[in-house]
Amino acid sequence: MKLALAADRCSGCRACELVCALDNWSALNPKKAALRVSGHFPTPGRYTVAICDQCGTCAEVCPTNAIQQDERGAWLINGEDCIGCNICVQECPKGVMYLHDDNGMVPIKCTLCGKCLEFCPMGALYDADGVIPTRR
Amino acid sequence: MIPGYGGNILRVNLTAKSSATTPIPESWKREYLGGRGFIARAFWDEIKPGTDPLGPDNKLLMAPGPYTGQFLSSSGKLHMGALSPATGGYGDSNMGGHVSFELKQAGVDLLILEGIADTPVTVVIDDGKVTYRDASPYWEGTTFDTERRLKEELGEEWQIMVIGPAAVNGVVFACIQHDFGRQAGRTGVGTVMASKKVKAIAVRGTKDVRLFDAKRTLAEGEKMMDQVMKQPGFTAWQPYGTPEVVPWASSQGVMPTRNFQTGVIEGFHNLDGPTMKAKVTEIDKGCTSCAIPCGKWGKGVLNGKEKPQEGPEYESIALLGSNLGITDIQQVAYLNGTCDELGLDSISAGNVVAWSMECFEKGFLSAADLGREMRFGDAEAAAAMFHDIAYGHGFGKILGQGVRAAATRVGLGTERFAMHVKGLEISGYEARYAPAMMLSYMTCDIGGNHSRSWAVTFDVATGRENFEGKAERVIWLQHVRPLFDALGCCRFPWVEAGLDPESYVAFIEPITGMQFTWDDMLKVSERVWNLTRMISYRHIPGFGRSFDSPPPRWVEEGHETGPTAGKHFTPEQAQDLLDRYYKLRGWDVNGIPKAEKLQELGLEFCVAALCK
Repeated sequence: MKLALAADRCSGCRACELVCALDNWSALNPKKAALRVSGHFPTPGRYTVAICDQCGTCAEVCPTNAIQQDERGAWLINGEDCIGCNICVQECPKGVMYLHDDNGMVPIKCTLCGKCLEFCPMGALYDADGVIPTRR
Repeated sequence: MIPGYGGNILRVNLTAKSSATTPIPESWKREYLGGRGFIARAFWDEIKPGTDPLGPDNKLLMAPGPYTGQFLSSSGKLHMGALSPATGGYGDSNMGGHVSFELKQAGVDLLILEGIADTPVTVVIDDGKVTYRDASPYWEGTTFDTERRLKEELGEEWQIMVIGPAAVNGVVFACIQHDFGRQAGRTGVGTVMASKKVKAIAVRGTKDVRLFDAKRTLAEGEKMMDQVMKQPGFTAWQPYGTPEVVPWASSQGVMPTRNFQTGVIEGFHNLDGPTMKAKVTEIDKGCTSCAIPCGKWGKGVLNGKEKPQEGPEYESIALLGSNLGITDIQQVAYLNGTCDELGLDSISAGNVVAWSMECFEKGFLSAADLGREMRFGDAEAAAAMFHDIAYGHGFGKILGQGVRAAATRVGLGTERFAMHVKGLEISGYEARYAPAMMLSYMTCDIGGNHSRSWAVTFDVATGRENFEGKAERVIWLQHVRPLFDALGCCRFPWVEAGLDPESYVAFIEPITGMQFTWDDMLKVSERVWNLTRMISYRHIPGFGRSFDSPPPRWVEEGHETGPTAGKHFTPEQAQDLLDRYYKLRGWDVNGIPKAEKLQELGLEFCVAALCK
């Protein structure tokens, strides 16, 4: 599965943020999601969505090798090895690693679970590999 | 503590610049659910008889509900209420967008704004902590400019509610706007916000909302998202949103046209969904977690001038289009954008301007009186008049006090075609030969609004001339539709996509742990309906049956054209509808709840007010 974006289809409903946090953290709290929808109104009148493309920059800059790639291609943070330096948050080229007070010093990062694209009602988020069907 | 809520009442006193947080009573959750229920319950305690709607003792109340922000389709509704400067009675309105969930994540189930600030402020609520910013530099600013400015100053992640020049200048039907196009439009909640010298409310919330069973909530949400998107109504409705109803409304003779003189507009197809999609819409714009979404963002155009805006929704198309005799969707969108940036309720604004056009065309008011010729079909004149209303210029200042006040002032029989109930301008359904819809308008608790009971399809399905079962249907709708306002979510997945409304019961236990049947939920709605009736009874001298009359036009004249040409009911028939309705409601012949009905509903605290 490869998470991809057709931003012109996004309606800004943020269902992706909701389901991401619910699935990964069992929390009703989109501030714990690993992606972000932003509106740009009244001009140009469009949404953008910041998503992780699993580029691995976070792992490259991590001083403790706390971020490792799994067999699906997702870079995952091992909380026990993370020292909370937040270098990965600062260096993430997409700006999609997040801190939340509830989570201590360990950043929140996309796990490539696919929930966001599975439930994007507009088909703005989609699986570029075509494994998970698009809603619309 | 019952989960699924933000947890608190946040009281903001603008006079003292103080704030206090107290837990929302557990009993309120069980008896009123949230949203509109909390608004009505708090209204009774907080706003006393004799209060000036624009004085320090009126309070602006805002409440999300237990379903707000949940992963279920369309969970972004924020309900708000205040003593209405438009009607003098119970006022409320709600809007979508994203601020409702933000408020809940800030720990707030009920926001109470009271007092009056000494200078204009923006109230900043950051995870429940309240601070103020000086709003003097942008007090007169448009809604769009104000929201954009605050987003730039505070950050894109903040959710902002703003008022526009109309509210600042005392127009009684000024709205509160959010997310560049979502409005709490009705009953002048924006006017009350301005009276408190609050230009904007900025909210950020980062807290978890605790759920009784998060995994089940997610599973139910997944199921519902699947169901909504498989509904036949979803496929037909999604591309266009509410404008999809235009051809049906006009073909049935229920589309308000030229100040409700008729219900059929020639060229209605120029206002329909496909035309709007082709000429106005650029993208879909959704509220929290909405699979549908009905919001459409695009540009309006009038004589080469462009205006970005959200919509227009059906109601705006009816009141700014057909009711002004305008059948160019780009012009309607331009007028909608004009109302939005000025902070005018597009329903009331279209209604009062239509009345002024009829006054002009029939010779009751001259171009000198009005500042210009006001003819049906003239979008430039309408746009200019909206500015006059919002800035209090010329005759606009009179129109800005609502159609009831304007017609009372002008007199000359213009009251006969002032289209309001209880002082609130009637929205987008011409109902003179649709008894259930007419009764819906007559008995709507805030005045002439469709949202509490949209019964016109029932009239068409069961016979326009038939009175049997109509009052029963209105009461059922008045319980089901506002239930969504108490839960804090949108009813469109039911109303428009065709989802079974009872399917919403499945969420209450995983979210809150509370056990509710569908009938239990409807009982909450009935409780709230009787409470809002008692609120208006307590606040409006002489309130009762006479306030439930339809506008004279609906019982005195028929349409000249269309499928119901020449048809209308008599004043006596309208009273017959009320008799049937009051009896079913357990109210007396004056339309006041009987003591035993109040006691049955757990509203004992209202009984003493019956002896006022």
